[in-house]
Amino acid sequence: MTILLCIALVLGGTWVGQHVNLLPISASSNAPVYDELFRVLLSIGTILFVGMLGLVIYSLIKFRRRPGQTGDGLAIEGNLPLEIFWTAVPAIVILFVGLYSYDIYDRMGGMQPLQHGEHGHQKMSTNQRIWGGIGSGTVSQAESKSNNPLPVEVTAMQFAFLFHYPKGNIISGELHVPTGQQVSMKMESKDVIHAFWVPEFRLKQDIIPGQPTVLNFTPTKPGRYPIVCAELCGPYHGGMRSAVVVEEPAEYESWYSKNSKEIISEA
Amino acid sequence: MTFANSPQANQVSPSLQPKGWLRYLSFSLDHKVIGLQYLVCGFLFYLIGGALASAIRIELSSPISDFLARDVYNQVLTLHGTIMIFLWIVPVVNGAFGNYLIPFYVGARDMAFPRLNAVAFWLIPPAGLMLISSYFITGAAESGWTAYPPLSITTPAAGQIIWILSVLLLGGSSIFGGINFIATILKLRRPGLKLMQLPMYCWAMLGTSILVVLSTPVLAGTLILLSFDIVAHTGFFNPTLGGNVIVYQHLFWFYSHPAVYIMVLPAFGLVSEILPVHCRKPLFGYATMVYSIMAIVVLGLMVWAHHMFTSGTPPWMRLFFTIATSFIAVPTGIKFFNWVATLWGGRISLNSAVLFSCGFIVNFVLGGITGVALAQVPFDVHVHDTYFVVAHFHYIVYGGSVFVIFSSIYHWYPKFTGKMLNEHLGRFHFVLTFIGFNLCFAPQHWLGLNGMPRRVAEYDPQFAFVNQLSSVGALIMAISTLPFLWNVIQSAFNGDVAGDNPWQGLTPEWLTSSPPPVENWQGEAPLVTEPYGYGITNEELAVEPSINDDIQIPQDK
Ligand code: HEM
Ligand SMILES: [Cu+2]
Ligand SMILES: [Cu+2]
Repeated sequence: MTILLCIALVLGGTWVGQHVNLLPISASSNAPVYDELFRVLLSIGTILFVGMLGLVIYSLIKFRRRPGQTGDGLAIEGNLPLEIFWTAVPAIVILFVGLYSYDIYDRMGGMQPLQHGEHGHQKMSTNQRIWGGIGSGTVSQAESKSNNPLPVEVTAMQFAFLFHYPKGNIISGELHVPTGQQVSMKMESKDVIHAFWVPEFRLKQDIIPGQPTVLNFTPTKPGRYPIVCAELCGPYHGGMRSAVVVEEPAEYESWYSKNSKEIISEA
Repeated sequence: MTFANSPQANQVSPSLQPKGWLRYLSFSLDHKVIGLQYLVCGFLFYLIGGALASAIRIELSSPISDFLARDVYNQVLTLHGTIMIFLWIVPVVNGAFGNYLIPFYVGARDMAFPRLNAVAFWLIPPAGLMLISSYFITGAAESGWTAYPPLSITTPAAGQIIWILSVLLLGGSSIFGGINFIATILKLRRPGLKLMQLPMYCWAMLGTSILVVLSTPVLAGTLILLSFDIVAHTGFFNPTLGGNVIVYQHLFWFYSHPAVYIMVLPAFGLVSEILPVHCRKPLFGYATMVYSIMAIVVLGLMVWAHHMFTSGTPPWMRLFFTIATSFIAVPTGIKFFNWVATLWGGRISLNSAVLFSCGFIVNFVLGGITGVALAQVPFDVHVHDTYFVVAHFHYIVYGGSVFVIFSSIYHWYPKFTGKMLNEHLGRFHFVLTFIGFNLCFAPQHWLGLNGMPRRVAEYDPQFAFVNQLSSVGALIMAISTLPFLWNVIQSAFNGDVAGDNPWQGLTPEWLTSSPPPVENWQGEAPLVTEPYGYGITNEELAVEPSINDDIQIPQDK
C-alpha cells in the first residue's frame, strides 16, 4: 500500500513536471535548457511537497485525539536508522540537483571565460574587471551561423535602455537582433543599478554603474519580447521597459542597412 | 494593551517596580514583563506594516500606477519591509518569546543582564516611531529594505538617514538581546541541568544569538559607511567617486542572509516546544535537532552571495554559493522529518496552536523547495528580483515565522494571562489566515516566472487578473486578524480560567502559577531533565508543580 502510494506520488510528480507549463514561450538558445532544468525541479518539488503535505494531513487525521480519549501517545524519542535515512535522502537529492544544475549551467556557458565582441576586435582596458551573465556557451556557439558574435553596447539610465551598434553606429531604443546569431552585449549604467531581463530568453544581468557587465545570448524565435528592468532604480522603475525585436536575418539586414550611418564597407 | 489585566503579581516582590498593568509601560526588569512588552509592541507594528501591505496590494490590483504616487509607493514598500522584519518578526520570535521563556527553561529567575534587557526593549519603540514619522516629516526612505547604493545615495537624503539611524538602533537592540541570551543559556543554568537536557527553544535561541552577535555588527558598520557616503560625500559605495557598489551588497547580505535565519530558527524552536505537548509525545530526534540547528548556523554564515547571482559575481563564486546554499536544505529537511515523526503515533489535539504549527510545516516546505530552486544559478538568473522571489520569502517569513508566532500565542496565552483563548475563534482565524495567505502568495510564483519584476507600481496588463487574485488573498488575510484581535482582547477579560497547566506540559514554565510570580517560582526552581517525557510508558511525573492549584482541562470537546 505504502509502496503503491509512493510510486503514484513519483509518477504524478513527474507527470506534473512534464505537463504543467508555467513558463512563457522560449525564444533563445538557452531557454530550452532552462526549461529542462525547470521541469526536473518542478517534478522533484511536487513530489516532496505533496509527500510532506500528505504525511501531515494523514497524521493529523489518523492520530487525532478522539473524544473521550485520555493518555499520551507512544514514547518514541528517536530512531537512528530512520534519521540516517532521512538525512541521506535529501543529501542525495541535493547532490543530484546540484550536479544537474551545474551541467545546465555549463551548457548555458556559465563557466566560460567572458568575452565581449569579436576576439581581439574589442580591447578592454586590462584593469577593468568584467563580470557578466551566462549565455556565451557552447550551445549558442554551435548553433550560430557565423562564429562572430554581434556586438551591442547597452547603456541604462533612469529610466530607459539605449542600444548602440558599434558596427553601423546605430543608436536605438529597441534592441533588434537576427535569429540564430549570437549577440554579445556590453552593458553599463549611467546612474544607479538596473537589470536587463528578457523573460522569454530566461536571462537576466544587472547593469552596474562603474563596472561593465557582459551578457551573451542567441535568439531563436522571431517575435517581439519585453525587456524589463528588474532592479529597483527609482520611482519609474515599473515603467522602465523596452522591447527586443527578433527578426529573420533578411529582415534584420534591411533594418540594419536602413539605420546604419556607416557606408557598409567591411565584411 | 492586550495583556493589561493580569492579576497582581505576588506580594513578596521586594523591588520598587510598579505593579499592575502600569509595569507594562515602565522600565521593568522582569523578563516576563519585557517579553510581553516585545510581543505587544511588535504586534502594534505588525498592524502598521499590514496596513502598508494593504496599500501595496490596492495599488497592484490595477496595472497602472493610480493609487499612490510613484515615490510614495516606494516609500510604502520600504517601510513595509523594514517594519515587518526589524520591528515585528525579529523582536517577537527572539525578544518576546525568548525573554519570556528562556529564564524558565534554564531554571533561572531572570535574564543574565536585566537592565541591558530593558534597554534593548526600550530602543525599539523610539526607533520604530522615528522610522514611521519620517514618512510624515521628510518622506521615508525609498530604496527598498535592501538600500542598495547608488540608489540609496541619490534618493532624498533625510529619509534615508533616518532609516539608517533606526535600523542601527534596532540592530543594537538585537545585539544586546543576543548577548543576553547567550549569557543566560550558558551561565544561568540551574545546577544539575545539562545542556543536552534543555528544551529545544534554548538551542534555537543559542544558535540565533550566535548569528546575531556575529553578523549584525557587519550591517551596522556597512550602514555607517553608507551614511558617510550620504552626508559627508565619501565614496565607499559611490561609483562616481571610485567606490564599489558590489562591496555593499556583499556586506549587506553577510548580515541579511543570516537575518532570515534569525527570523526562522527561533520559530523552529517554538514549534519544537508546541508539538510535543499537544501530541503527547517526546520530541523526535532531540540530538539530530540540536546538530541540525548548529549546522544551519555554520552554513547560514556562508551562503550570502545567493542574493547576488545576477550582480557582479564571478563564475566560481556563483558555483560555490549554489553548493553551499543547496546544502542548507539537508539540516533543514531533517528538522521537518523529525516534526512529522513527532506527530506520528501521537494523541494530537487539533487545537489552534497545532493547526498553526502544521500550517507552518506545510508552508515552509513549499518555501524551502522554491529556496533550493533559487539556489541554482541557472534557475535564479530568470526569476531573481521577480515576484517568484517575493512568493518564496513570504512563504518562509509569513507562512513560516508568522504562523509560528500565532501558534505560540495560542499555546502560551494561558500562561501569560491565566485565561484561555476561545478555541472556535482560534480555528476560524487559522482557516481564514491559511486560505488568505495561500491565495495571496501562491499565484505570485506564476507572476514571477512569466515576467513580472518585484518592487513595481505598474505592470504589464496581462498580469492584472492574477494580481487581483493575490489582492483578494491579502484582503482575507487582513480580515483574519479581526477574530484574532477580538479573541485576545475579550478572553483577557472573560476567558475561562486556565489554571497553572492547562495543556499538561512538562517544560518548566508550566510548573508555576499562571501568570507566574515575579521571580518565576515560589520556592526552588524545579529541575526538569526530561522536558519531553511524554508517552504511555511514563509512570509518574518526575517533577512537581511548585504551586498546586486545581488543574482544569479546558479543551472544548
Ligand atoms: C531551504 C532553505 C532556503 C534556501 C535554499 C533559500 C534560498 C534563497 C535564495 C537563493 C534567495 C535569492 C533569490 C533571489 O533574490 O534571486 C532567497 C531569497 C530570500 N530568502 Fe530564502 N532560502 C531558504 C530559506 C529561507 C528562510 C528560512 C528565510 C527566512 C526566514 C528566507 C528568506 C528569504 C528572503 C527574505 C529572501 C529575499 C531577500 C530579498 O531579496 O529581499 N529564505 N532565498
Ligand atoms: Cu529599474
Ligand atoms: Cu539568503
